Amino acid sequence: MRFSFGKALLPIYTVLALIFLLIPIGYTFAFSFNASDKSNIVWRGFTFNNWTTVCQAQGVCDSFVNSIFIGVVATALATAIGTAMAIALVRYRFRFRGPVSLLLFLPMATPEVVMGAGLASQFLTAGVEKGMTTIIIAHTLFCLSFVVVTVKARVASLDPALEEAGRDLYGSPAQVFWRITFPLLLPGILAAAMLSFALSFDDFIITYFNSGSIYTFPKFVYISAARGIPAQANVIASAVFILALTIVIVSQVFASRKAKKLAAPIS
Amino acid sequence: MAFAAFANTAQAVDAAPRKSSKIALVLLAPGLAYLALFFLTPLVALILTSLQAPALYGDMGEYVYAFRWENYVAVVNEYGETFLRSFGYALIATMAALLISYPIAYFIGVRARKWPAIQAIALILVIAPFFISFLLRTLAWKQIFSDDSWTMETLKALSILGPDAHFTGTPFAVIFGLTYNFIPFMTLPIYTTLERLDTRYLEASGDLYARPSTTFFKVTLPLSMPGIVSGTLLTFIPASGDYINASGDFLGGPSTQMVGNAIQSNFLVILQYPAAAALSIMLMAVILVIVAIYVKRSGTEDLI
Amino acid sequence: MATGTFAESGADLELVGITKRFPGFTAIENLDLFIPAGSFFALLGPSGCGKTTTLRLVAGLEEPTEGKILIGGKDVTNMKSYQRPVNTVFQSYALFPHMTVLENVAFGLHRRGIKDAVAKAHEALILVELDHVANRKPQQLSGGQQQRVALARAVVNRPALLLLDEPLGALDLKLRRQMQLELKAIQTEVGLTFLHVTHDQEEAMTMADTVAVMNKGRIEQMGAPQELYELPRTAFVASFLGQSNLFTGQVVASTSDTISLDIAGNHIVVPKARAARHTGLVTVGVRPEKLTLHTETQTHDAGQNVLTGGVVKDVSFSGVSTQYIVSFPDVGDIVVFAQNMVFGPVVHEGAIVSVSWNIERGFGIEDHPEQAGKFVPDDNTASIAVAQRKALSAELEGA
Repeated sequence: MRFSFGKALLPIYTVLALIFLLIPIGYTFAFSFNASDKSNIVWRGFTFNNWTTVCQAQGVCDSFVNSIFIGVVATALATAIGTAMAIALVRYRFRFRGPVSLLLFLPMATPEVVMGAGLASQFLTAGVEKGMTTIIIAHTLFCLSFVVVTVKARVASLDPALEEAGRDLYGSPAQVFWRITFPLLLPGILAAAMLSFALSFDDFIITYFNSGSIYTFPKFVYISAARGIPAQANVIASAVFILALTIVIVSQVFASRKAKKLAAPIS
Repeated sequence: MAFAAFANTAQAVDAAPRKSSKIALVLLAPGLAYLALFFLTPLVALILTSLQAPALYGDMGEYVYAFRWENYVAVVNEYGETFLRSFGYALIATMAALLISYPIAYFIGVRARKWPAIQAIALILVIAPFFISFLLRTLAWKQIFSDDSWTMETLKALSILGPDAHFTGTPFAVIFGLTYNFIPFMTLPIYTTLERLDTRYLEASGDLYARPSTTFFKVTLPLSMPGIVSGTLLTFIPASGDYINASGDFLGGPSTQMVGNAIQSNFLVILQYPAAAALSIMLMAVILVIVAIYVKRSGTEDLI
Repeated sequence: MATGTFAESGADLELVGITKRFPGFTAIENLDLFIPAGSFFALLGPSGCGKTTTLRLVAGLEEPTEGKILIGGKDVTNMKSYQRPVNTVFQSYALFPHMTVLENVAFGLHRRGIKDAVAKAHEALILVELDHVANRKPQQLSGGQQQRVALARAVVNRPALLLLDEPLGALDLKLRRQMQLELKAIQTEVGLTFLHVTHDQEEAMTMADTVAVMNKGRIEQMGAPQELYELPRTAFVASFLGQSNLFTGQVVASTSDTISLDIAGNHIVVPKARAARHTGLVTVGVRPEKLTLHTETQTHDAGQNVLTGGVVKDVSFSGVSTQYIVSFPDVGDIVVFAQNMVFGPVVHEGAIVSVSWNIERGFGIEDHPEQAGKFVPDDNTASIAVAQRKALSAELEGA
């Protein structure tokens, strides 16, 4: 094939843009190996120490564990509530469908700072002390709409005839749900849960307004930013990054294998 | 992911909803209760707070209910410029993110179709930033371009920048940070619409005497509108409320404060809840108006 | 009924006064229907005629607004779908994508707690010659294979009544023929009652013992396929089931066994026994293949109807036969099918011809002429789109 500069322009641009996207990640990863003392700004040489002493930097591991805990609980709540709503929105006809959809869209159109300040005002007015519970309440709230949108797409692509076939073949409503509807929605529900967890884990703004004395990992980073972030924070972030990337790559490979297998011609 | 889902909703035709039943109510009830309790009520709380007056002889941070609409006037006087700056920054960052993201999305979604492996890798790289704390990523830029960093010194040595040039603390740095942070949010929805684009339309357009550029503006671009709309909303809304990039500890400085910074400091630092609430309500109202007009004009109302 | 036992044989199906209204429109209007046990019954009609709704009512997937449904004499109107001794082969097959072929076929047996479910499922797969793919996922099968799995999944339960919802619609012509034969063979083999819903008249006629032509929520005519074809009672049946040439005219004479109509000066004779109405303005018809084309002027022969002075407007060759459209002044266009006994068409466009047919071949329909006219079947894509838009807006209103 003849080389054409015009044709190569777009791939070259994309590669450059992707490199640009990855620069801060590479930077964070590299500085997890920095032999830093107090602040982790200037490169002082390579070391594995930060990786072996992750939890020795004050607050890094505690805040990380808090973030995981909050992420898991908020994801479980948002996924359960959101899946039920998604099924209802697609499969049932009821009045006030429009207002309900709008109510679900609004949180996505609300800036985090407004949602954070709103919840904080409410907790203030109601005299609720801010802490783990208030963070979980807040995280469940902003994950909910995303769960509904994600699962809704999956429910909409599910042929209602499949459930009818289940009923036709002597499945009771509960059996039809657990043996047909649920397994078929599972990929959508899992995607929603993963997204939910990612949103919760990385959230800072809403958390900051509603956390009281509890530290999450992003809050730890924010507070430390003023006086210098310990390199151990880079270790945690890099480790999470590698783990998440591995999960995504493995699931991609798995999915494409499966697709190939299904596409294989048979007689 | 949800970004895809955000773009997808327009296509999701309801598959024959037919039962109007109590089951729907049972399924919806927990979610509706949750949203009422923790989304609608807080908005009401915010409105009420925004009208409060300081308690007589009270401590700092103590307020009583009043109908003090003057709070809004005070806030507009004090933060009018900050407001304009916020939307200005958000708008520029959204446009920049769109210009940077569209070619990426086009390459992955259309051009790379023949090579699924490249498509998958590029897509993973686009979402990779989600897997690492955005605070750390933003800090990384700050450090890469800090005044005494070798990057800045190299740029100065090469005379690309003047000898007293700064990066952090400038509007450019804040907009740069916003743009960078929201590129994935812009790229993914556009990618999902382009990925479904039937290339036969492009062939048909070429067949009907359209030059490639005409085909792009008359066929490709209109067909990718749903993705552009969700991408710009997913960027503009959070960007206009963001206060990390503009914060002094990150890429901003005293002259780059956005409305998010004002809300945060009023609420959490100087404990002027009514001012913070009034700012929040105004921010929300302006955004809703902008979103409503935008969604109407772009003809993608079923996005919701 | 649903648990433990198989139906010994097919059962009767009886619909009594069934009406089904959806918000904004009525799908079925006061429908009575009796299908005897062991028969292969086809419900034929254009899309939107209510045939699929009828089937869904029988399956228990919809509830009738009024009326009763009896299977084997037992009232099942208030039974849930999963309690009825009925199985369906869905239009889209609706095979569970997350289960293997075998799991799909065994699903109903497991739900009913039947012993040897797996062995029985294998037997059913052997019946449709697909046992070798028992462990594949449905997506790995071709359309025809999926259709056979869907059939096996339904038949394995030995339902008293098997419902087929356009199961062959997704297949190409050759495969469809093959499946038609297979379906018919299975029906005779297992002796169940089949209720087959289709818009394909050929499919209905080749497979069913009894065909009911449905239109706008009512059954227009019911009977054996030949009977419906040879003696349609309404303009709808005459045009939906094959093609017909229809003429409307005043009855000007009548004998003890014929009536004679005046159609633009021509006398057309129809036997009284084959005409629904004998006086006044009457519409009569004749099938295109019953017509003979003549190039020389025909003398009036008793026992023949003759129209003269037609101009051939169009000739289209379709292998077995050639279709001529002949235009007669004041009468209109008449379609003639001629067998291709010789090489090439007999006449060319522009030729002056006459047509004739045996008066015994004509028929007179029930419809009042004002309503009848030339029927345009309601199955073109535009009208389907309109119907769907109506259904959609009805749904939105109801929401």
